[in-house]
Amino acid sequence: MSPLPVRSRHLERLLELRRSATNHAVTALAVVSTVLVLVPLVAIVGYLIYKGASSLNLAFFTHLPAPVGEKGGGMANAIAGSGLLLGLASLMGIPLGIGAGVYLSEYAHGTWLGSAVRFTADVLNGVPSIVMGIAAYALIVARQQHFSALSGGVALAIMMVPTVTRTTEEMLATVPNPVREAALGLGIPKWRTVLSVSLRTASPGIITGCMLAFARVAGETAPLLFTAFGNQFWNLFNLNQPIAALPLQIYVYAISPYDDWHRLAWAGALVLVVMIMIAVTLVRIFANRGVLKGGH
Amino acid sequence: MNEPKTVPVDRPQMQKVVVPQERAVPTERTVETAATPAGLSVVRSFLLAKSSGRYADGAFASLMVVCALSVFAIVLLIVFVLISKSMPSIHQFGWRFFETRTWDPVSGQFGALPFIYGTVVSSLLAVLIAVPLALAVSIFLLDICPRFLRGPISFLTELLAAIPSVVYGLWGVFVLVPIIRDQVGPVLEKYLGWTGFFAEPNFGVSMFSAGVILAIMIFPVISSISRDVMRAVPVNQREAVLALGATRWEMLRIGVLRNSRMGIVGSVILGLGRALGETMAVTMVIGNHPDILKNLLAPGYTLASVIANEFTEATGDLYLSALIEIGLALFLVTIVVNAIARLLVWAVMRGNTARAH
Repeated sequence: MSPLPVRSRHLERLLELRRSATNHAVTALAVVSTVLVLVPLVAIVGYLIYKGASSLNLAFFTHLPAPVGEKGGGMANAIAGSGLLLGLASLMGIPLGIGAGVYLSEYAHGTWLGSAVRFTADVLNGVPSIVMGIAAYALIVARQQHFSALSGGVALAIMMVPTVTRTTEEMLATVPNPVREAALGLGIPKWRTVLSVSLRTASPGIITGCMLAFARVAGETAPLLFTAFGNQFWNLFNLNQPIAALPLQIYVYAISPYDDWHRLAWAGALVLVVMIMIAVTLVRIFANRGVLKGGH
Repeated sequence: MNEPKTVPVDRPQMQKVVVPQERAVPTERTVETAATPAGLSVVRSFLLAKSSGRYADGAFASLMVVCALSVFAIVLLIVFVLISKSMPSIHQFGWRFFETRTWDPVSGQFGALPFIYGTVVSSLLAVLIAVPLALAVSIFLLDICPRFLRGPISFLTELLAAIPSVVYGLWGVFVLVPIIRDQVGPVLEKYLGWTGFFAEPNFGVSMFSAGVILAIMIFPVISSISRDVMRAVPVNQREAVLALGATRWEMLRIGVLRNSRMGIVGSVILGLGRALGETMAVTMVIGNHPDILKNLLAPGYTLASVIANEFTEATGDLYLSALIEIGLALFLVTIVVNAIARLLVWAVMRGNTARAH
């Protein structure tokens, strides 16, 4: 036991005070920062609801965009177009993503190839969406010589793949191994075990992941600028023609000089955000209830 | 032990191919099939006949491998397409493309320096604003916040991540830009004008507006990942520091922040990667003027926004390929940035944090 260094009581008291003051200062700083962060959030959401709700009406959902100078008009074609694009993207992106996730979790556990795929998916997740747009443009639009709904769908699908892959893998990892072993022990072939036991047990979580990927691409504008391109009229079935999309229409209207169009942009933004929020909230409810607890 | 041996009797065709243990389940399934509608039972009986076949497992496994490899294929395809389409510009300008500052489509002179400058400055500005706030909020949510507020606040910050870029842009154009033009800008000019970063002319649409809106957008990324990383610090680290008589801040500094610094840096780099590639919101508020100015209140231009603005109007192959080369540069930079960030976050989340210092 070495003796404690000699220090005056006074100095010690000062030190003590300084420590507690720093502590309180940091606490205050954290509280203030949190409030500061919540301000723009509340401002954005509040302003969006205020502006959007005041310009929203039935025509918005049922009418085509009106020509400049004419009152009224809506974004019916853009809403339908977004639906078509997202459906197309989900149809291509989700099966691919789930397949890759199954491979990572059920087949490539701890292998070199598995790590490489996982890493590539993570990196792909961070690639800017506008680059996806260029890729889809170069692959499809440049070849076909015209903008098309198909190219927009492909661009969005590519963006969905990494998210779906990673969540599928994570959710499958929560399925306890004894469940798989029990199935295999009953003599069920592996593919059937994967489909009817692993995937089925993890399905609430996987649905969550798909919805998150969906919500993420639902608001994407950049990859559609030079693929889906936008359209003032109806296009419901022709994948080879340009198609309108809600985010695209919002962008075009927002940078236009017309007040009437600004009003429609706000209404569109409100509709878009509400749609995404519903998806995300559903996901949270799902995730809280459905996801199975991992093995012990 | 006796039971399995009695089962195979009613499925004679299986006996030729399959090993003994694999019989029990298909039998059970045939009973089930009898109860299902006719159309389904055809599919089912086909699957049943094939399900234990020699090729079923292999086929399914290779299908999954194909899906996994398609992730590689996508990345390779993007790289290939971008490189091949930007060849004309690469041949014409070489490295000069990234060093010159003239962007003149009319005379066919393309230099990307102003856009690189704009991207770097607006992203750094965003990180500078967002990181202290995100860390403070993470600390608040983990250690200070009363339990009943934790859920709502973290939900709200996650909502920020769910708002689409174009909606941020809309808000930026009609709310943020006027505020920066009329209120914030003049104040900054008055008190920080001597630095040279804030000066007239102030139109509102500016590098600074882009930085602010990017900061709001990358905040959720940094905040949620750094919170995960801090949470991964073992509880006994915290307890040990507290047991030595540390205050809460000292505990956080010594026990938590120091242990998770690699992961926090990773989260910041991930945020940076997001900011570098962000397109719509930035395009709408940055002013889109290719120039290199020290004044942050002046308009700028970024790599992503020049693509968004000029791609559909690009006339001529050289113009288009110059824009695609910008996309290629953006792609490579974000890949490198993201790879570094992922490696850092992984290193921490794998449990290296428990190491003592």
